[in-house]
Amino acid sequence: MKRILSWAAIAVGVVYFFLPLVGMLEFSLKMRRGEYSLDAYRSVMGDPQFQATFGYSVVMACLTIVFGVLVVVPTVFWVRLKLPRLRPFMEFITLLPLVIPPIVIVFGYIRLFNTSSWLPLTGTTLGTDFLLMCGYAVLALPYMYRAVDTGLAAIDLRTLTEAAQSLGAGWITVLAKVILPNVLVAVLSGAFLTFAIVIGEYVFAALLDRPAFGPYLVWAGGNKAYEPAALAVMTFALTWACMMLIQLATKFSKHTRMPR
Amino acid sequence: MRSSRLWRALPWNVLGVLPFLLFALLFLLMPTANIVAGAFVDDAGGFTLKNIFNLFTPEIINAFWLSIRLSFASALIGCALGFAIALAVVLGGLPAWLRGIVMTFSGVTSNFAGVPLAFAYVATLGRVGFVTLLLRDWFGVNIYALGFNMISFWGLVAAYVFFQIPLMVLIITPAIDGLKREWREAAEVLGATGGQYWRMVALPVLGPSLLGTLALLFANAFGAVATAIALTGSLLSIAPILLFNQIRGDVLQDPHLGYALAFGMIVITGISNGVYVVMRTRAERWIK
Repeated sequence: MKRILSWAAIAVGVVYFFLPLVGMLEFSLKMRRGEYSLDAYRSVMGDPQFQATFGYSVVMACLTIVFGVLVVVPTVFWVRLKLPRLRPFMEFITLLPLVIPPIVIVFGYIRLFNTSSWLPLTGTTLGTDFLLMCGYAVLALPYMYRAVDTGLAAIDLRTLTEAAQSLGAGWITVLAKVILPNVLVAVLSGAFLTFAIVIGEYVFAALLDRPAFGPYLVWAGGNKAYEPAALAVMTFALTWACMMLIQLATKFSKHTRMPR
Repeated sequence: MRSSRLWRALPWNVLGVLPFLLFALLFLLMPTANIVAGAFVDDAGGFTLKNIFNLFTPEIINAFWLSIRLSFASALIGCALGFAIALAVVLGGLPAWLRGIVMTFSGVTSNFAGVPLAFAYVATLGRVGFVTLLLRDWFGVNIYALGFNMISFWGLVAAYVFFQIPLMVLIITPAIDGLKREWREAAEVLGATGGQYWRMVALPVLGPSLLGTLALLFANAFGAVATAIALTGSLLSIAPILLFNQIRGDVLQDPHLGYALAFGMIVITGISNGVYVVMRTRAERWIK
């Protein structure tokens, strides 16, 4: 009885989740009348708008990851080593991006960094790109922080740091050559999650008026018939790839870690 | 001597987190504070509650009310179905490999929100969508003739549930894992039936987790805007779309009303996240 109910719950989930996925896959193949073809994908790939916006978002995602790692890893390291009393505060701050709706944050950006403000970031293209990257880093902060925090919890931070320091390493060497390699897996899973978040993000890019992939998706949704489904399939595959890479990284780490 | 001791007593350690604090201040705290402050300021820069009172027009109230109902309905359905799936995977006696698949799949689909989700939805239940045609050709049911509309209330709920269920599965599974086998055995030794065990032991222990996650799912749906915009073309009057249109082109003819609108959204997501945090601390009393 219990098992029947369990299978029923799984079956409901399978139907609910596979119908839209199958639906979008099937729809994306229907561009040519009467037969399945990859025409929609070819049309998407050949669109210079797609190439430009997708490239832009990939670059933004990579910059966000680098920026996020540079901000988060030293901070978590320092808090765990020297200021453990600050941890509840850090938890609170890094939870805020989940509490405050993104649309409110970007509204604040437009107010705070407009051309007539003290820091007119939105006045130049480069400034707006920087602002967008910071916004993405904020969106990814809860995930990045937790990933790195869990990673650092698993290693003996104090001993490693003191050992490196007694061998004459400075803080930067400690961070780059001792700590980072040890939490690389955690950093990687944070990075892939960041990538998945940034690549299709819409609200920040649209309201800061940057040519990212998210606004292109919305534009395509309003102007094309079969291409949106193809784009959805591609985004889904990309999200799936990111999650698979996280799992792979975690599995990989289990083999490299020395048994204690 | 004295000054050097003072020098050393200064909290130099705090310098290490300064870059992070600066980042959080500039790109998270100050923008939000700016909006909140703007909600309580009039054109001349003086304090006022007028903007908040101005929120109480039928248009804005309706938008908020629609948002709240939409978020609550999708959170409730997502909670129920997600809980059922998590229960099935953890306690249902299903093969162990299924759990890994369900968890990975949940990780993927909970991140597959926003615009692409809307496309998948249109390709499935749109006028020439996969399921629409399937029902028409195989079963002779035309859902559009029956009054189905993708951008209606329940149409949007169905789309939102797609990212609510996996989030529920991801959050509630550890809580179900925390139910100790001893509790069940103790209950059985004392003569409890399965139903009594669930009603008097398991559900009270899981209660705070369930309520807390419900609040989290609510906030999650309340702040979501991309899916709705891609589906409805920013026509639907829900609170985040109203704010989106206001930022784009000042449709409310009063910039301060925009800040008040944003402030209202923070209050609602803030309350529901507060419920989540309180409930989580309560849940951790049992589940260690």
